[in-house]
Amino acid sequence: MKPLQRKLWRELLHLKGQMLAVAAVVACGISVFVSMSSVKYSLEASRQRYYSRFRFADVFVEVKRAPEFYREMVSRIPGVASVSTRIIADVTLDVPGLDEPATARLVSIPEYRTPVLNDIFLKKGRYIEPGKPEEVIVSKPFLEANHLAPGDHISAVINGRKKELLIVGMGLSPEYIYEVQPGSFFPDKRRFGVFWMSRRALESAMNMSGAFNNMSLTLAHGASEKDVIMQLDNLFRRYGSLGAYGRSEQLSDRFIVDEIKQVGIQITFLPVVFLAVAVFLLNVVLRRLVATQRDQIAVLKAMGYSNEDVGLHYLGFALIPTAVGSVAGTLLGAWLGRGLMNIYGDFYNFAELVYYFRFEDVALSVLLSFGAAVFGALGAVRKAVQLPPAEAMRPESPAIYKPGFFDRESLRQKIPVSLRIIVRNLERRRWKAALSVLMISLAVAILVAGRFTYDSTERMVQVEFNAKHREDVTVMFNNPMPLSVAYAIASLDGVLEHEYYREESVKMGFGHRVRRQSIRGLQSSEGLQRLVDKNNRRLTLPQDGVVLTKTLADILGVRVGDRLQVDFLQGKQLHREVVVSGTIDEILGLSAYMNLGALNRLAGDGGALNAAYLRIDQAKAAPLYTTFKKMPGVAGIMMLKAMKESFDELIAQSMTTSTLILTTFACVLAFAVVYNGARISLSERARELSSLRVLGMTEAEVSVILLGEQALLTILAIPVGFLIGIGLSWLLAEGLSSELYRLPLVFSAYNFLFAFTVIIIVSALSGILVRRRLVTLDLVEVLKTRE
Amino acid sequence: MVASSPNVSTQSHQPPPVVGVFDEPVLNISELSKSYVMGEVQVDALKSVSVKFYAGELVVLLGASGSGKSTLINIIGGLDVPSSGKLFFHGREITAATEAELTAYRRRSIGFVFQFYNLISSLTALENVQLVTEIAEYPMSAKEALLLVGLGHRLDHFPAQLSGGEQQRVAIARAIAKRPELLLCDEPTGALDFQTGKLVLDVLEKVNRELGTTTLVITHNASIAGMADRVVRLRSGEIVEDRKNLERLSPSELVW
Repeated sequence: MKPLQRKLWRELLHLKGQMLAVAAVVACGISVFVSMSSVKYSLEASRQRYYSRFRFADVFVEVKRAPEFYREMVSRIPGVASVSTRIIADVTLDVPGLDEPATARLVSIPEYRTPVLNDIFLKKGRYIEPGKPEEVIVSKPFLEANHLAPGDHISAVINGRKKELLIVGMGLSPEYIYEVQPGSFFPDKRRFGVFWMSRRALESAMNMSGAFNNMSLTLAHGASEKDVIMQLDNLFRRYGSLGAYGRSEQLSDRFIVDEIKQVGIQITFLPVVFLAVAVFLLNVVLRRLVATQRDQIAVLKAMGYSNEDVGLHYLGFALIPTAVGSVAGTLLGAWLGRGLMNIYGDFYNFAELVYYFRFEDVALSVLLSFGAAVFGALGAVRKAVQLPPAEAMRPESPAIYKPGFFDRESLRQKIPVSLRIIVRNLERRRWKAALSVLMISLAVAILVAGRFTYDSTERMVQVEFNAKHREDVTVMFNNPMPLSVAYAIASLDGVLEHEYYREESVKMGFGHRVRRQSIRGLQSSEGLQRLVDKNNRRLTLPQDGVVLTKTLADILGVRVGDRLQVDFLQGKQLHREVVVSGTIDEILGLSAYMNLGALNRLAGDGGALNAAYLRIDQAKAAPLYTTFKKMPGVAGIMMLKAMKESFDELIAQSMTTSTLILTTFACVLAFAVVYNGARISLSERARELSSLRVLGMTEAEVSVILLGEQALLTILAIPVGFLIGIGLSWLLAEGLSSELYRLPLVFSAYNFLFAFTVIIIVSALSGILVRRRLVTLDLVEVLKTRE
Repeated sequence: MVASSPNVSTQSHQPPPVVGVFDEPVLNISELSKSYVMGEVQVDALKSVSVKFYAGELVVLLGASGSGKSTLINIIGGLDVPSSGKLFFHGREITAATEAELTAYRRRSIGFVFQFYNLISSLTALENVQLVTEIAEYPMSAKEALLLVGLGHRLDHFPAQLSGGEQQRVAIARAIAKRPELLLCDEPTGALDFQTGKLVLDVLEKVNRELGTTTLVITHNASIAGMADRVVRLRSGEIVEDRKNLERLSPSELVW
């Protein structure tokens, strides 16, 4: 090893605290980048693989009932590659150990196994046998949540008749990667499952022989989805089609695509912050190093070392910790990525969720980090290179101080000398002080933004599960019911309050913008369901007109007062116009609300009901549920409490993980900045502080001068960090929001308190570490050496 | 470690002989001036200095602090550039050299010894010398250089483990290991006590005598002048005296 290299290594070892801090910040940045980009790639690749292996369809149509020969007709539409027809029906289940009825989505599969669209991945057990109509393959989440397995029996009410089903297999399908009950946003694994059943069995059970109610198709390469959808709509309108739609409106795919997009947003924002801090740290650490080694630089040059030799030598101080951070960050990133994929594996039901660790991502992030390192080191290295040797030989001329704000006569008397030293130091190098404040505040901001998602989710729970809904259960009917169903339900024992809604599928249009949408007709907005926006404000439903969620209004480009074109897709299929009477900024989904009476009038029929909200007497719940299980018109029930529990369980895990990661990283960041700041000012002022000690100041008094500066910077950084954190949260909320949901921008007092406490603790800790060095300063030695 | 590097092999090459007439100066300095700004003050460090130095001479540059002697030696060593005037090294104008040429000049021809030794504290005595032997063209081995200054037994000590005199001798070993034509010493005994200082001067004298290196020693200590062939005195940036010693004293005979 050459002497200069040996010098580099020994001095790096000597500066290990500061260098490790730099390495840790680099490691955080790289690990986020590597883990997130590998997760993003893995999700994308797993999705692609799953879709192509199990032939996930491109376009879907749901109809009431259409003759099978349409399959042939559709396959002749230009651009259509393959077509599958199915029978799909939602039925109620009697699950052992579950009081309330669960819902099964029965999906037909060929009696003999042949490749079909939206095929099943058989995870366990076997395919159904021909001639055994009772055999079903059931989705994995439902089986696992209910502790069921192939070989178990389960009874279902299919078309009013109770049937005993035999589970023969456990399956998954690309259609239900995100498995939720229709009309719901969050999975309830215990109460909703997909059951694949023989087509022949379903035909006979549902009186659908020679007919289908669901069609899916794939498109030829380059075919226009829009054109095919238009032709399908023309064909199937008379069969009660709610309109064909592409993958982008398929709920499961929608969730995954959004998730991938959100991961992508996180890839950009966190690593950028960490790299910025790494640049800053390297800059201050190396500048200080070059300043303390002026004489060494001079002597190297005097000996004949070239500027390149000297420059590369000091660049080494930036590159080596970056290399250490890169290796650590890559390993950490691989580990984090795998962990995150496991969480995704619980959330999404992939046939196989393969974790791809990509060296391209590692290479890119390492390259970026080294770029940042060089950038950070550049100023200091340039200074080392440009330092004329003769000037380097002379001690640095004393720093120029000027009287500052606190030196005014009036203030001077009141401010102790130690504080004056602190303030003058900060005033002298305002830019450095400002940058230090900015860097510490970034740590605060990450803490705030990390907890923001938590607060936001809390608000989501609060609004969606408390403020908006007061019902205990929602009873879904499998067909629109006449208004008289209300009397039947009201008469059931244990029903305390009941309210109904109508859900009409329509095409909404304004100008050239058209959208498939459902309008929900509510009896009132003051009863069991209320209209509550994301800021927890209530809105009263007007008697006339339609209220759109803000996002839907934006998509359609309408404002309050505009007249909306409405095409009913079922019933009399009327074409109507309705006034937009209000908008509401809701958290979840896209919705349109109307007063039930107004909707009935608009639809031009006597009125219909699709579901009931009920508040029930918990003591009488069990017999009531038993009644529902037997009622032929009931497709299933949704329980608010169960949905909240499953939401809590699913979200809590990923939320806790991400908050933990962000908190840890923010701590690393804060520690690195504060510790380095204090170490550098110790190195800059060792002589000064020793002189003060020799003059009779106590250790404590000297510590105040040294650490007071860092303390002041930290205190200043906290409110700045709050502001940046709020801004960062806003960006996150904007970036993470989609048609599916919008994160409300809320901050609890606890959020700020948490960030405050963490920063204070981390700063105190780094202060203590630096103070230990101050105490062990050899006064005589420090004073003897030349500056 | 020593044998592994070709540059520091004990079978070192000899430098090519200097071609030229004996009276031709190694250094020819003509009307050299230097002023610089320190803090908010302008300092005229050198005012139109002209002087010649000849091969093999041991010259003592005498002067109080601020007389301009360090500035002069820094310019001679290519560490600093004059505000005006010219400096020729073997007839080649150093004041017109580029940064790269200056680096090569220092690397090939100049050895520096500083008042505060300026050793790299993270490198051992041997490694400090190797810093030079690594990049020099015809170096002696680092060990040889340290033996020459009487530190053969302290090779693996770090600067912090050496006394001031020992550190200065390491610095001298480092300066001479490349067999420079010109050895520039800036207050080499300034930070040392009488006894140790004499030991260091002994080494300088020995190097001058045995290697024939042209040696310029800066000092404010007039007693040291006794060991020189020639004494040049500076005051306020000007040469006020330039005399030859009739007899060179050995450092052990010096008293201060």
